[in-house]
Amino acid sequence: MADLKFSDAEPDDQERAVVDALVQQPPVIRQSERVVLGGIRRADQARHLLLPGLHGLNNARGWISPGGLNYLAESLQVPPAEAFGVASFYDLFELEEPGLPGPRHHVCVDASCALSNAAEYAQRLRSEGQNVHEGPCLGQCENAPALFVQARNSEALDVTATKEDEPKFNTQLANRLLRRFGVVDPGSLGSYRSHGGYQALETALAIGGEETLRLITDAGLTGRGGAAFPTGRKWQAVADQDHIHKYVVANADESEPGTFKDRMIIENDPFALIEAMTIAGVTTGCTKGWIYIRGEYVTATKRLQSAIKQAYESGFLGANALNGAFTFDIELRQGAGAYICGEETALFNSIEGFRGEPRSKPPFPTDQGLFGCPTIVNNPETLINVLEIVNYGVESFRSVGTADSPGTKLFCLSGDVAQPGLYEAAFGLPLNELLNTAGVLVGDVQAVLLGGAAGSFLGPQGLDLPLSFEGTAQRGATLGSGAVTVFSRDVDLWPVLVRLAKFFRDESCGQCVPCRIGTTRQHEVLLQIQGTAPQESTRDLLSDLSLVMGDSSICGLGHTAASAVQSAFALGLVEAET
Amino acid sequence: MFGAGGGTSSYREVEEAEFILLWGSNARAAHPIYFHHVLKGISNGGSMYVVDPRRTDSAKFAETWLGINVGSDIALANALAREIIRSGLHNTEFIEHSTTGFDKFADHVEPYTLDYAASATGVDAGAIEDLAHRYAMAASAQILWTLGITEHHNGVENVLSLCNLALLTGHVGRWGSGLVPLRGQNNVQGGGDMGALPNKLPGFQDVDDAAALRKFEAIYGVPLNPEPGLHLTLMFEAMARKALTGLYIIGENPADSEADVQHTRDLLRGLDLLVVQDIFMTRTAELADVVLPASVGWAESDGTVTSSERRVQRVRPAVTPPEGARHDHEIIGQLAERFGASWPSSTPEELWDELRSLSPMHKGMTYARLEQGEGLQWPCPDLDHPGTQYLHAWLWEEDLGGRSPAPFSLTNHEGPKEKLTPDFPLRLTTGRVLDSYNTGVQTRGYSSPIRSGVDLEISHQDAQRLDLAQGERVRVSSPRGSVEMTISIDKDQAEGLAFTTFHFPELVDLNVLTNDQWDPLSGTAEFKAAAIRIDKLAGTSSG
Repeated sequence: MADLKFSDAEPDDQERAVVDALVQQPPVIRQSERVVLGGIRRADQARHLLLPGLHGLNNARGWISPGGLNYLAESLQVPPAEAFGVASFYDLFELEEPGLPGPRHHVCVDASCALSNAAEYAQRLRSEGQNVHEGPCLGQCENAPALFVQARNSEALDVTATKEDEPKFNTQLANRLLRRFGVVDPGSLGSYRSHGGYQALETALAIGGEETLRLITDAGLTGRGGAAFPTGRKWQAVADQDHIHKYVVANADESEPGTFKDRMIIENDPFALIEAMTIAGVTTGCTKGWIYIRGEYVTATKRLQSAIKQAYESGFLGANALNGAFTFDIELRQGAGAYICGEETALFNSIEGFRGEPRSKPPFPTDQGLFGCPTIVNNPETLINVLEIVNYGVESFRSVGTADSPGTKLFCLSGDVAQPGLYEAAFGLPLNELLNTAGVLVGDVQAVLLGGAAGSFLGPQGLDLPLSFEGTAQRGATLGSGAVTVFSRDVDLWPVLVRLAKFFRDESCGQCVPCRIGTTRQHEVLLQIQGTAPQESTRDLLSDLSLVMGDSSICGLGHTAASAVQSAFALGLVEAET
Repeated sequence: MFGAGGGTSSYREVEEAEFILLWGSNARAAHPIYFHHVLKGISNGGSMYVVDPRRTDSAKFAETWLGINVGSDIALANALAREIIRSGLHNTEFIEHSTTGFDKFADHVEPYTLDYAASATGVDAGAIEDLAHRYAMAASAQILWTLGITEHHNGVENVLSLCNLALLTGHVGRWGSGLVPLRGQNNVQGGGDMGALPNKLPGFQDVDDAAALRKFEAIYGVPLNPEPGLHLTLMFEAMARKALTGLYIIGENPADSEADVQHTRDLLRGLDLLVVQDIFMTRTAELADVVLPASVGWAESDGTVTSSERRVQRVRPAVTPPEGARHDHEIIGQLAERFGASWPSSTPEELWDELRSLSPMHKGMTYARLEQGEGLQWPCPDLDHPGTQYLHAWLWEEDLGGRSPAPFSLTNHEGPKEKLTPDFPLRLTTGRVLDSYNTGVQTRGYSSPIRSGVDLEISHQDAQRLDLAQGERVRVSSPRGSVEMTISIDKDQAEGLAFTTFHFPELVDLNVLTNDQWDPLSGTAEFKAAAIRIDKLAGTSSG
């Protein structure tokens, strides 16, 4: 594109090779000395390769050099300032040569890992000479303290997720979504099929899109990401759109502290996600799906890559799949360490090669989502529920749970829990029963953080809370992503609150001033008053910040950045240290 | 041509056109405001192809850039026409109803095969074929051009060969389709409309049309000369013959802007009287016997301007002119008085109303109407007329609006007058950059972070062959003279082509080099094609 001024910085051979291999259809093609193809549209079409390109560069040398960035930006005809803006947006990309040669060790310091001495763990790694970065939740809370090693040339490892031989999950209370966990071989399509895999797709194809949509609507399935939007309505809205391009997006950018359910679904039952997305596609007329997975989820990514490959090879994906029954493609995108990219419109921007900043809604994704086209966006947990509904019917699906929250929910238990892990339970189960099942001594509980950093605290009096959308709403709480972080009586909650505030300060994208300033002020105030009995004026200040962020931020991050802190004060969980 | 005087289409049409062919224009740099409309068109889904010897900033926005040899425009246009006809993509119904001379034209372009055009233009045959098909098959298509088409010894023929393409496909006289020459100033169009042409009265009425002349004589109250005047190039020839000995120049700087500029300066110096009316002390003004300081049209004057889309808009003074500077029409009125004619003093509106009484296409444009909304586009023949968004709609009317059908023109590829020779083996072409304007009179007073100066841009192949380094000072010579310049190696430049701007005559007297071979039909000199040689300065070596 014209008007772009690139620098003179040169890539090294490795960086050049990475970019050249990625950009198969460059925006500028020199057909000959005198004929050059170019223009804005070609550049627009290639822009989505920016994020994979940055991954490739960072992966190759352990950082993104000015020469590599310049070469990638020029190859994609992205304004170099924008390329830098995108590269510097993400935590996993380094724009300066690291002082230490080894891989970067990310140690989680959020609540559950902090309880498991993450700080000491980080210190120990540092003393061993490792390049250590203390950062936000890595989604491996059941194995705290979590470690993710970001090495060069794709040797990265989500250490704690892979070190355990047996995945930590529990099906005592319900066993639907986890039915294939530990039974099926996640690396084999054949194994998936012999455990009922792809029956739902066949049924969906047989009964047709309209009937499939009716099933999902009648089953009362709602989104499991926290907002509980009716899935059938979302799908119907996209099915009704007459647009040449429509997309299904699986939001596997699971970053809510304390949440690891989608990671475990993908690690243990990756084909289920692919099948469910395919059903979404054939039901609503979308021919392309995208999976946006956390950059930290290395094992899950590998299993998903292998599963997608096998699905293509066996004719379950691609053009004229299942002998011409449908066309559906899936492309995988890795995030790069940004909590905000779990917000659906920020996720679209991230895929499209822009900074992961949320967009204003409306337009809603069902009207103008990914690449401005009608888009279904669901998280993996929501999607695999579709298989249950199609395979076993509406009646069966509604046979557990409550009338307003039918079915089951996955809960991620961590913190002071004897048996941390992933638990499936019917909606409506009282929280203390769930805690009992996980070996928590309920009498010993000081507080539970329900729904992750964006959720709220419950005190010992609130543990009889029914775990349903309507049950939590009645008490001003939220199920959120299903994260259940338990704090026993001997935990000092002050540092937990300060860390929560720090988390939002770090993860605010900075686009909305109220959130950018508000999260910073909230953290500063908590640092100041930590360990003291907060005065009324300070409480008022924090509650003002909460109101302003809630009223005037465009996305959920700002809306919920103060909720956990506010709930802790409301419950009197933090007092002056004695 | 099938009409005269203005771009056929409104700016908004390029925003909605399906296909945009930008030919011999770097509008991104030279017409940045208009190019915003083009960008809107692209962003609305329009496709743009660019024909230009250089891969300009504009060309980088194109889906396809065709880098033709300088001066091979007619070879390309005729080959496009032949390919359109050969593929049956011409609009036979339109041709039959609205044009004449098609059969002769078809025969005439027959030798312009894709292969011939490829060798004449240097562009691959496949790209020419693709362009022909895309242009012909688009639901709406516009050809936009500027000086890359007109500043040749055969500029008018170049324009006619583009008009042929529009006639062949019916891409004219309809919304979104048209032929659009982009104007270099906000009011070039207005200047021509007001009769600042040697053979035209205001409103494009011919000087030698007796009825028109009588109408003007009746209002002006004096007899008018029925002989067409001289255009600029002929004026210089008359000066050389001493047939023209006095010159009154308003707002032009020929002492910097003319091709073969040394010759021009000699002629200006040889005049008995040179009067220059300008807002700056230009190099031309420095040569003058009398300088009349004028006010700035866009900031200090009251009146109207007319844009490339024939839109007449009101302008109003924002600041008072400095002491001693006067409005152009006041200066002219005062001069008339000194010559013994007593013109009544008139406001701009009174002068405008006089024009409306004489120029039918302006008749409906009262100040009151112009002040509402966004001005009006001529022709606007009466007070109820909404103005005209695009010209030549008559081509599509049953009775052609009572006019004759539009003729095809037969044009031949000749190439630039100045051929490359072993002594002068490189082709020099000139152009504009974004932050400078013409001879720099109005822009050199401002600093700019992107000003690139006046380097001679050459290809890396030529740099290698001539052993030239980036930033090296060299001597550049044409058959007319030589100047010292700085080399800049441009990776997008075609081999054998050199480019520079002419914005900095105080730094490099570039028009010393350019060719004053001119088009007998338009009087425009061949600024776009000179033959040059680059010599290393004595005692330097880049090795």
